[in-house]
Amino acid sequence: MEGNLNALTTIFTEFYYWVTIVMMFLIHVGFCTYEVGASRRRNHLKTLMKNAMAIPLVTVTFYLFGWWIYFAFPNGPGITGGLVSAPYAEPWNPLMAAHLSGVNPGENGVTAADAAVWSRLNGVFWGAFLLFSITTASIVSGAIIERARSGAFWIIAILLGSVLWILDAAWGWHPQGWMVKLWGYHDAYASGVVHAIAGGSALAFLMVLGPRLGKFRPDGTPRDIPPHNVWLVTIGLFLIYTGFWGFYAACNVPIIGPETIGGQITGTTWTATNIYYGPTSLSAITFNFLMSLSGGMMAGYLISKGDPFWTFSCGLCGVIGASAGNDLYHPIQAMLIGAIVPAICYKLHYFVERTFKIDDAVGAVAVHGYGGFLGVVVAGFLLWGQPSSPFEGFAHINPLGNFAGACLMFLLGLIPTWIVCKIMDSMGLLRVPAKVELEGVDFALNHAFEASVTEVGTAEKAMIK
Amino acid sequence: MTTNGLTSWAVDLKDVGAIYPFQGWEVFMVVLGFIFWIGWHIIQTRQENQEIAEDMAADRSGDETRAAIDRY
Repeated sequence: MEGNLNALTTIFTEFYYWVTIVMMFLIHVGFCTYEVGASRRRNHLKTLMKNAMAIPLVTVTFYLFGWWIYFAFPNGPGITGGLVSAPYAEPWNPLMAAHLSGVNPGENGVTAADAAVWSRLNGVFWGAFLLFSITTASIVSGAIIERARSGAFWIIAILLGSVLWILDAAWGWHPQGWMVKLWGYHDAYASGVVHAIAGGSALAFLMVLGPRLGKFRPDGTPRDIPPHNVWLVTIGLFLIYTGFWGFYAACNVPIIGPETIGGQITGTTWTATNIYYGPTSLSAITFNFLMSLSGGMMAGYLISKGDPFWTFSCGLCGVIGASAGNDLYHPIQAMLIGAIVPAICYKLHYFVERTFKIDDAVGAVAVHGYGGFLGVVVAGFLLWGQPSSPFEGFAHINPLGNFAGACLMFLLGLIPTWIVCKIMDSMGLLRVPAKVELEGVDFALNHAFEASVTEVGTAEKAMIK
Repeated sequence: MTTNGLTSWAVDLKDVGAIYPFQGWEVFMVVLGFIFWIGWHIIQTRQENQEIAEDMAADRSGDETRAAIDRY
């Protein structure tokens, strides 16, 4: 019976994460739809391809080294220990492929204990984390449309998706991460580890890239460059909302017993947990996701006077702002955080645009960067004194630890991205020339399209008798 | 101090109920929820009235209206 119960739990867990991957794919349908709508017509195909190609590039690099970083770096290394051995995450290990849990004689790097756990779960855990990686990278994509070179974005997508975010996850989104142990850092649904770091990265890219031609008047005031299709933008955001459900479910461990966690929890009651193995439930996060989304949409509608783009963006910002503590908040708390954080971020977006001449085409720095940062800070206050972990000796959740964590997340995105962008810019690889930007980056594609249309039309007309 | 009564997870989960911050303040939070909801409608109605007033004052010649009708 024990063997059957273990098998059932394993297969359920495997299927659970698989379903979340499918749902999270909708986030990327949404991102592509949203960015195509936000761009002007003469740029929309290159915009689509720029974002879409992040998917395979982050997938391949996350397989080659990203997954290993998560398991190897929780201690820093050098902060709470050294590099952690994680053979099951090395790309040449048999457990990073189809494996049935037996240990073949001569199979290098596979122990019976590793095989028992990772044969059925490695692919789906890797896949769930991969979708977080691609999401993190895609956040930058919208901010830089219409003038960034696609190749430059793809380098940053790999840096952010397969190195920086997964490093911050090892530190602050891992049951043994040093930020959790020493700072009590709590960020259950990734306000900081995904959104703040991506917002910091987007800001750095924008600082080096510069604004679109025509964005600022001679007197320095910004012009609005409206989306060419607002309906497509809002449908895209709606799809992102839908996919975000998968993200939330994938952030949880669906079912686990106290003896398997191996921490302080006594008794025999099985539970769902957050990534830190702190108990929560899917029901709790369902309440909080919906209430924080609603708070955001309601606040966004009022503050933007019914603007569709900002209403939907503030809904997303509301969820992001409450995500750090949505495993534990009361739904009314989630709603109010979901309303207040986007209102602040909306104002900050326009302040930064006016003051620093930062042209963020889709408000990504505000929604994700400032929203994620504020979300982590708020959680430090509202969850003050609560245990960050079921393991003994971990710091409690506290405002200073979460504030420091929020700063670290934002800067971990900003500084490396700024350096790499400066290098690419010095090599002429960051931005298209002004002539190309004015023609539209789809210029060659449109030419080919029109040439084909003309040729086949001419041929057909010649057939009319 | 702790905002939800728990300072560690050294507990038997069968003995743990609510885990959100500020237990005991539920009625107050629900009142805040009602204020947020009703307040939203009040502010939205004022904004909508303002928008309608601006629309009424616009396009005195009817040219833009005719163009909008033609655009369908």
